Amino acid sequence: MTRKGRRLTLIGVALAVVGVAVGLALYAMSDSIALFLTPSEVAAKTLKPGTRLRLGGLVEMGSVQRGGGAMTFAVTDSAKSVGVDCAGACFANVPDLFREGQGVVAEGTLAADGRLSAEAILAKHDERYMPREVVDSLKRQGLWVEGRAKP
Amino acid sequence: MIVEAGHFALILAFALSLAQASAPLIGARRGDRALMAVGTSAALGQFVLVALAFAALAWAHLASDFSVLNVAENSHSAAPAIYKFSGVWGNHEGSMLLWTLILAVFGAVVAGFGRALPARLRADALAVQGLISAAFLAFILLTSNPFERLSPAPFEGRDLNPILQDPGLAIHPPLLYLGYVGFSIVFSFAAAALIEGRIDAAWARFVRPFALIAWCFLTLGIAVGSYWAYYTLGWGGFWFWDPVENASLMPWLAGTAFIHSAAVMEKRDALKVWTIFLAILVFSFSLLGTFLVRSGVLTSVHAFASDPRRGVFILVILAAFIAGPLALFAWRAPMLRQGGLFAPISREGALVLNNLLLTTVCAIVFFGTLYPLALEQATGEKITVGAPFFNLTAGVLMMAIAFATPFGFSLAWKRGDLLGVAQRLTVAFAGGLVVLVGLVAFVRGGPVLAPIAAALAVFVMLGTLSEVASRAWRRGASLGVTLSRLVGLPLSFWGGGLAHFGAGLALLGLASTGFGAETIATMKAGATQTVGPYEITLDSLAGRTGPNYRETVGEMTIRKDGVVVATVEPARRLFATRQMATTQAGIVTLRFGQVYTAIGDPGDDGAVAARLYWKPLVTLIWLGAVVMALGGALSLADRRLRFGAPAPARSAAAAAARGAG
Repeated sequence: MTRKGRRLTLIGVALAVVGVAVGLALYAMSDSIALFLTPSEVAAKTLKPGTRLRLGGLVEMGSVQRGGGAMTFAVTDSAKSVGVDCAGACFANVPDLFREGQGVVAEGTLAADGRLSAEAILAKHDERYMPREVVDSLKRQGLWVEGRAKP
Repeated sequence: MIVEAGHFALILAFALSLAQASAPLIGARRGDRALMAVGTSAALGQFVLVALAFAALAWAHLASDFSVLNVAENSHSAAPAIYKFSGVWGNHEGSMLLWTLILAVFGAVVAGFGRALPARLRADALAVQGLISAAFLAFILLTSNPFERLSPAPFEGRDLNPILQDPGLAIHPPLLYLGYVGFSIVFSFAAAALIEGRIDAAWARFVRPFALIAWCFLTLGIAVGSYWAYYTLGWGGFWFWDPVENASLMPWLAGTAFIHSAAVMEKRDALKVWTIFLAILVFSFSLLGTFLVRSGVLTSVHAFASDPRRGVFILVILAAFIAGPLALFAWRAPMLRQGGLFAPISREGALVLNNLLLTTVCAIVFFGTLYPLALEQATGEKITVGAPFFNLTAGVLMMAIAFATPFGFSLAWKRGDLLGVAQRLTVAFAGGLVVLVGLVAFVRGGPVLAPIAAALAVFVMLGTLSEVASRAWRRGASLGVTLSRLVGLPLSFWGGGLAHFGAGLALLGLASTGFGAETIATMKAGATQTVGPYEITLDSLAGRTGPNYRETVGEMTIRKDGVVVATVEPARRLFATRQMATTQAGIVTLRFGQVYTAIGDPGDDGAVAARLYWKPLVTLIWLGAVVMALGGALSLADRRLRFGAPAPARSAAAAAARGAG
């Protein structure tokens, strides 16, 4: 095979691999991506029940209620709040850093009553940590004091 | 006083790194041997100074000197010594210091043991290494000084984040950093080769040992991190496709591609330009990883102690160290001479395919990790790209790599015989097929990809074994001859075989996660639950006190068909200093699988929420990674690859010249 022929073979194979990769990526993008929203954004958008999303904010003070293998709480960004139901696998895997007043990200689907049925609550390594999206949202409302997350 | 000495040593190290970055470079251009030698002594001196600084910080932590801000925020006088010590890098400042220390170690290795390297290449490489050091030392000194004092000093420290009080912290970051930073040497040599404008097969021979060392450490580091995340609850299990996890996977993928393409370059003098490009890419991904972890621009489960203001500084370093060499590459690469020719069906061709697939996976991971960030900048919309995306894209492509692996390993250099190879792989193929049919027929449930992955894993392992066998066994040969042939195979071949076998093992472990069982229940003392083939009884709940925590321990007995096989003790710990609870999973390994248990806080009625899992073959994921790293180490031990091995004739001539002088 000539040098040119080899090069063409290589380019052909490379294009095929990249093509397959792009195809897979586009296919995967269409249904496996979750929106990241704050409570205010959930309130502002009219989302269909069943929408997958990650809800980020602070656990509202006094909102956590446990019992019967389930837990409910509210996620707030100080302007709006969204109720979250956490049962089953979600309740069994509540991370150690989950606490009232702390930053939290809950992943799940929107129920018909506008509450979030959470499948998982995500924890962070650091109890001082606050999700960046929450910080942004608090900043927009002028509630963020720079350096407050630090002790 | 010791702390100030450490700070001073770090400043001196910065000054030395500036000298290291400039003098050898000028020396190499002018052919001035004295200036070139500055690089060697500066690199060694810098190592000593950074080590002193690190020792000073470690001393402050071990002695619980709370007048140092870093110690006061991250340590506690009652903490066990191992967490006092690993607390040194359990925070931003200390972990950057560890990063720089490892950078200095690698620089010192080149300086101390690199006498056999061409003088100009070594001088240039040390200069580039000095430049990286200077950037990171400046970063530490200007934005993250670990030696800052606190006045008045508190009586007690805030304690290390309880979640980080784990043996994982002692092992994972140093291993990972050895991997990340080890690739800096490869990067420096690539930049040096571009500055020189010359590159040959010998270059690959100098660089490959470093790449292998870095790759082994990175593999182990990722495996340890994965196991740590697996037994820590709330971190998403052994692999969550979290940005921080992806940040370590990208250099691994590019690094794996690099050690394969460097092999082609070394053996066949081909793929030179591509190999240099990969060398730059690998370390760029290491820097990107550092940036992602340290800046907190991405929402990660593993984010801790991140600070966006520091992110800008690392972003500047990142941009400079990626753009600079890439510009150099664009300018110099066309001048590099093309190397040997090969047919598409050959070992080289297979390795090109390997590189193509690995870099494509790397690109997909890169895209999936940074796309949310780009989208937010562009449209303000916030999304998360999670496991389903990566499993479908990267997962499928990794399976394609697995399928191609035994073929590549069996093909001959230059021109291969695909049909012959396929014949030799018949047994392996049959083995894979049996597993696939067996799993589909007899096991219900589980993801679609799991049986395919398991079959591929078996194919990779059997394919590797059959290649080893076919190298040693000839029709009619006696056992003795076959054995001596086996022993006589080159270590690098054994290394490659072992690494591929390990990859198969890890894939089998990953595939088995599709066949586990889980039970979630509220249990009182005396209650029994079934999970998979086991019955688990909660015998009692007991309170205990540790050095800096109190815990509730659930004593559980695991039985199979009524026979006791093991006991586990999952616990809930409460750390008084930070008023924080952690969950300690109770895990026991049975054959290669694990029973994994965890309990929640006891309720008023004395019942706890218990999670019980049976995870068959799960340990193979990490065992496979360890076997892969062993393979890398074995390859490293090959004489041919021994670091900077000089040609015998030349060293004899040099000795004679020295004797004469």
